[in-house]
Amino acid sequence: MAEPARRMETDPEPALVAVAGVVLEAFADGALWWADRRLLVVADLHFEKGSAFARRGRMLPPYDTVETLTRLSRLVTRFDPATIVALGDSFHDDGGAARLRPSDRATLKALQSGRDWIWIAGNHDPAAPAGLDGGHLDSLAIGPLVFRHEPTIGDGGHGEIAGHLHPAARVAGRGKWVRRRCFAGDGRRLILPAFGAYAGGLNVLDKTFAGVFDLAAFRAYMLGEDRVYAVGRKVLRPD
Amino acid sequence: MTARADISDHTTVLHAPFAEWFASRGWAPRPHQLDLLARARAGRSVLLIAPTGAGKTLAGFLPTLVSLHERPRDAPVGGRGPHTLYISPLKALAVDIARNLEQPVAEMGLPVRIETRTGDTPVHKRQRQKLKPPDILLTTPEQTALLVSATDADRFFADVDTVILDELHSLVVSKRGDLLALCLARLRTLAPKLKAIGLSATVADPDALRAWLVGQRGAPPTPSDEVAKPSAGRKAKTPPRRLADLITVAGGAKPEITILDSAERVPWAGHSARYALADIYAAIGAHKMALLFVNTRSQAEMIFQELWRINTDGLPIALHHGSLDPTQRRKVESAMSEGRLRAVVATSTLDLGIDWGDVDLVVHIGAPKGASRLAQRIGRANHRLDEPSKALLVPANRFEVLECRAALDANYLGAQDTPPIRAGGLDVLAQHILGMACAAPFEAGAAHAEVTSAYPYRNLTRETFDRVVDFVATGGYALKTYERYAKIRKGPDGLWRLTHPRFAQQYRLNVGTIIEAPMLNVRVSRSARAGFAGRGGRTLGKVEEYFIEQLSPGETFLFAGQVLRFEGIRENEAIATRTADDTPKIPMYAGGKFPLTTYLATGVRGLLSDPRAWGQLPVQVSDWLRIQKKRSILPRRNQLLVETFPRGNRSYLVCYPFEGRLAHQTLGMLLTRRLERARLKPTGFVATDYSLAVWGLGNLGRAFADGAPSLAELFDEDMLGDDLDAWMADSYLLKRTFRSAALISGLIEKRHPGKEKTGRQVTVSSDLIYDVLRAHEPDHILMQATWADAATGHLDVARLGDMLSRIKGRIVHKRLDRISPLALPVMLEIGREVIAGEAQEDVLREAAEDLVKEAMGDG
Repeated sequence: MAEPARRMETDPEPALVAVAGVVLEAFADGALWWADRRLLVVADLHFEKGSAFARRGRMLPPYDTVETLTRLSRLVTRFDPATIVALGDSFHDDGGAARLRPSDRATLKALQSGRDWIWIAGNHDPAAPAGLDGGHLDSLAIGPLVFRHEPTIGDGGHGEIAGHLHPAARVAGRGKWVRRRCFAGDGRRLILPAFGAYAGGLNVLDKTFAGVFDLAAFRAYMLGEDRVYAVGRKVLRPD
Repeated sequence: MTARADISDHTTVLHAPFAEWFASRGWAPRPHQLDLLARARAGRSVLLIAPTGAGKTLAGFLPTLVSLHERPRDAPVGGRGPHTLYISPLKALAVDIARNLEQPVAEMGLPVRIETRTGDTPVHKRQRQKLKPPDILLTTPEQTALLVSATDADRFFADVDTVILDELHSLVVSKRGDLLALCLARLRTLAPKLKAIGLSATVADPDALRAWLVGQRGAPPTPSDEVAKPSAGRKAKTPPRRLADLITVAGGAKPEITILDSAERVPWAGHSARYALADIYAAIGAHKMALLFVNTRSQAEMIFQELWRINTDGLPIALHHGSLDPTQRRKVESAMSEGRLRAVVATSTLDLGIDWGDVDLVVHIGAPKGASRLAQRIGRANHRLDEPSKALLVPANRFEVLECRAALDANYLGAQDTPPIRAGGLDVLAQHILGMACAAPFEAGAAHAEVTSAYPYRNLTRETFDRVVDFVATGGYALKTYERYAKIRKGPDGLWRLTHPRFAQQYRLNVGTIIEAPMLNVRVSRSARAGFAGRGGRTLGKVEEYFIEQLSPGETFLFAGQVLRFEGIRENEAIATRTADDTPKIPMYAGGKFPLTTYLATGVRGLLSDPRAWGQLPVQVSDWLRIQKKRSILPRRNQLLVETFPRGNRSYLVCYPFEGRLAHQTLGMLLTRRLERARLKPTGFVATDYSLAVWGLGNLGRAFADGAPSLAELFDEDMLGDDLDAWMADSYLLKRTFRSAALISGLIEKRHPGKEKTGRQVTVSSDLIYDVLRAHEPDHILMQATWADAATGHLDVARLGDMLSRIKGRIVHKRLDRISPLALPVMLEIGREVIAGEAQEDVLREAAEDLVKEAMGDG
């Protein structure tokens, strides 16, 4: 991680998304980058979801945490952020941090060193993760933007960056359909896709999203192989 | 083989009530019925192979009835388990057989209780059956699995004497067959004297079925150091198979089969057979009752609707397929057996041996895809063995004319092309091992011995078995972090036992191997708009989720014989309204469901190469072949013809392996990769059952002529190595296969106590699991199971491999300046066919471009 961040020609192409006048870059791996502040945002990491399921007898492969950390490491290498904000539900349950394997714990610590790390409280992990570095906040305001876990309607003034809903979108064409995780935004609010390896997606047309967005300005930013596709509401399909 | 019954004097064999019953009906017991009785009484397991109408069912039950008749009248009834277990692949068949059995039992005055137990049996009845078991229990493989995994299984099955397995040929080739084989092994342990009676239609390899019925000696309990040795070494040590006795009843009268020779033009491509509707309608009118078989549900819908469009005489014509609501199906079935219908359009739901009354004509629409399937379906007509069945084959396109001709020859020759029995699935084994632990603690060595006594698992090594046990316990990962959450655990006594009773509950909810494509109910709402909000309206049946997902509200489609307007999805229901529109916008055809069997493929190639045989073909078809011969080449039986020609600004390669659509699709994927490496810029391909077309921007004809690459290199078998691995790992097919292995093995659940997951939720999570497992432990046992399934199932790699080795050195290249007659059918498929899961980025790109249009004001 010593190499300073330099964007290469082969780097994936982000979609530029404006929220409350701030231009942010949305990447195909589901991360959001605020270049001016050198701030990297990821949502819903759901670390240790596999072991949470194993406790109930569903023995999912125990590699989700290491996979999520690997993806995160790639981002840190690429951007060398000054600050990383994890937008809540960073652990799948309260005991998750305690179940981290020593090697994963070490990887996480290495990612955190030399930069600010903010754990935003989520509904799965309302308390600060035990024994880990990083600040713990309910929400974080920087300039015109506020970062929190659950989108909060009626918070006038600020632009909002949130997670929690795991947005995904579906489009169809030529007899095929594609369903992908997506960023979902309307210029005032941007909801990030879930970043965790075992975190699924919820269709943005689901009733859970009712009232969250100004529909006239709504866009889904669907995650492609190495670029992000901005898609209008008209072409979206329900599940 | 032991004592043969003396069939000349059957009265010495049959007791009075039986002999009198036969006499009262003016019947004599048939030789095979007495033969089977004698063998069963000698304690032998028997496979009975007989055509429909040979009295197979009675033959199967006769030993049981005689044995129950001989039972001392004063024997205590309470606490005794069932004497005979009858297992059929279909619930409806079990119910039907019970009905057919009760009549003779009543007429003979036998003291025999007969009951069915299926998924539809109410809980209170099931409980009563446990307390007071019937003498004969008729059930399904899934219910059998539940019964042997119950804690009282040892008591319940202690007295079981006979197990009768109906329609064995159709069961053994699926994962349900694997599950049943394991249950049978369990039953043999619980009741060591158990004999099995298998009832089957004619099959290609009767010995495999005979071995399936009895316990095998299995793999020796190999120490793990021997496992790495090549399989050839192990093969030499494999003991000879044990076989059940075999009784074969020769086929009845030769069926009268004709291929429709329509005055209409036979289409070049497509599967609708629309051209022949008037002919089909005339055939229905000329018979008492016709059964119309088609290969897919959507074809059934289409034919049904089109027939009613021309049904000027108002003939009662009905529709029957697996997606229809059960009550609607039952209505059609009873109308059929009462003779109130003139025709029924049906899919494979009517394939199996249910007696549906007086059918005097079977019409097969589309090519039958296999000679055995054709024979089975034709057997539906005329259940009296001594009268010939009458059948009409209706090819939907010109290649299907050849296929029908080949099937007809095969049928006349009595050839069989049923698929071989494959090695048992490890996912099914995982499910079964949990079931064993639910019943009672088990010792791994004994359990391995029992499992390898089941024919599909006879070569399973102890090492693999132990890995599956480990998978059941903790997921079996290289990274051991789940030990403390284990579902089963080995105690100090060496026995594996369940760690918590809730895992038994989970097992019961998820038992079985039938992984349906996720389905949605289709509900017809009365009012167009408000229908979405209201819950009213009738459920017509179920439709695949993937189909509904392609629809937009307002689009029309065909279902249950009606044109419906799609309104939207609500929870697990697709809401639709009726519409006056009679031309559905969205066709539901998804291509042929079954691949052509190897046997028929050989027949079609033979027909193609032999102009002397063309006299049997309709003139328009033989003309087509003659022009092909003049303009290009007709390949010899063992050759592969590859044609290349330019068209538009592209260059085309068309080849004719006749190996079925699945194998051709896989071949298309692999050829595309190779052509890309040769910088010939391939841009697409399309596959049919008969041929494959690949196109690109580079000049393919010149490249092959120059040997850059040569066709021998392009079609070299080594494509099944790295190229296949690389492509498969990314293929959506593998993900779909993984999903079913994950569900069957219990890694993820179909149903969780208290809440049912929808198919979609499972799909998403199993894809994510697959990605993580592939990245971190690609050799995991479930990945191995997935690859094994995919290679024989969705991708038909085995068949492709056989083809590639067959055509080695026999590829004929013909460079043409334009399309050949033989290439026409596949070329017409271009644009119709879509390869799901591929080119996803294109769809996304187009959706994004829609945004531009929308923004520019024309959206």
